[in-house]
Amino acid sequence: MIPAQFEYVRPDSLAEASQVLAEDEDAKVLAGGQSLLPLLRLRLAYPSKLVDVGRLAELRGVHDRGDHVYIGALTTHDEVMRSEAVNDGCPLVALATAHVADRAIRHRGTFGGSLAHADPAGDLPAVVLALDGVFVARSAGGEREIPAAEFFVDYLENALDAGEILAGVRIPKLGPGWGFHYEKFHRTAQAWAIVGVAAAVRRSNGSIAEARIGLTNMGSTPVRAHAAEAALQGAELGDQVRRACEEAAADTEPPADLHGRPDYRRHLARVLTHRAVRAATGTP
Amino acid sequence: MPRISVTVDGITYEEDVEPRLLLVHLLRDRLGRTGTPIGCDTSNCGACTVMLDGKSAKSCSVLAVQADGCEVVTIEGLGTAGSMHPMQRAFHEEHALQCGYCTPGMVMAAIDLLRDDPDPSEDAIRQGLEGNLCRCTGYCNIVRAVRRGAQEMGQAVSTQ
Repeated sequence: MIPAQFEYVRPDSLAEASQVLAEDEDAKVLAGGQSLLPLLRLRLAYPSKLVDVGRLAELRGVHDRGDHVYIGALTTHDEVMRSEAVNDGCPLVALATAHVADRAIRHRGTFGGSLAHADPAGDLPAVVLALDGVFVARSAGGEREIPAAEFFVDYLENALDAGEILAGVRIPKLGPGWGFHYEKFHRTAQAWAIVGVAAAVRRSNGSIAEARIGLTNMGSTPVRAHAAEAALQGAELGDQVRRACEEAAADTEPPADLHGRPDYRRHLARVLTHRAVRAATGTP
Repeated sequence: MPRISVTVDGITYEEDVEPRLLLVHLLRDRLGRTGTPIGCDTSNCGACTVMLDGKSAKSCSVLAVQADGCEVVTIEGLGTAGSMHPMQRAFHEEHALQCGYCTPGMVMAAIDLLRDDPDPSEDAIRQGLEGNLCRCTGYCNIVRAVRRGAQEMGQAVSTQ
């Protein structure tokens, strides 16, 4: 379908973009457009105005900043996947980004755009949540940091205020000994995850010292599997790990849709968490 | 109405466009590039794939205004009836099409894939073309054609 009419502005600076957004609550940010344009075409969204930030160089690029990797919001998925700083400093982000949509969409879709879109079925929100990323928002009032645990408010709803634009995300680096995996279950190639699991696990000899598990599409926001994380701490590789992963769906309220009922998604979360943890620890 | 300048298949056009005009509609309805079809309304099928500043993009998921100042190559910019691009010729020779609707997008996506991997394995081709659907399910011949096209493009490069 042809999208409904909207105004279009292409500001020359982040400050100007922020001002336009602050003045019009029905305006939307356009970055790569790979999430927004399908919504417009299906007429599921009717913004009054699109504020095209796609050419603001200050929002683009990846920077290694010692204890964390800073990923500019406008960095494309393709650039994220190829970034040495991402692959060295936060490899889970690179692994999961390879699962986002398909090659052509990754050329244009942006890291910040898919996070700000706040779709719990998107692959990156659960990853940034598992890694305790920090969102950096900018507005006329300056800069604000939002922890990942507070950024995802509800389905397609983030914690940005009117006039705030996501500038980038800080991904803390994890030290040596950590392993990573993103396990995505979907019906067809390039489809959204029915359930996905982002796992970062630190091994200590034959057991798990620490685990962080983020779940994709297990609620109206991405969620951490806190009960499984607690059960995994100190678990010996093998049966104890398998039992700990049985906690993966605790306290979740997964959606029902044509891909599956909530109980099916809970089952998937348990199975996929076990797969993800095994892969992250390099155990069969 | 914003005025944009866009180069399509080597020709630069100045166009006044409604902000909501999709790149694929600009290409088809205004610039006559009907070789680029529209297959779906969901960004899934990849039939409308073009090169946008040298990288594959689904032209149904780009606003024409976003392409301002950009260079677009469509299937019609690759070759001519008398002188096909090696990838087009490989699709022809391997019978890699049935109804042909997905073919322009498949050819563009295949050429894009070779930028990273000039000699892709069968598996790499299947993964690399995941964003392009063939509803005749003629994937076996498509994969064969991409292998052949890659080899011929490699030879074309090496003999230059």
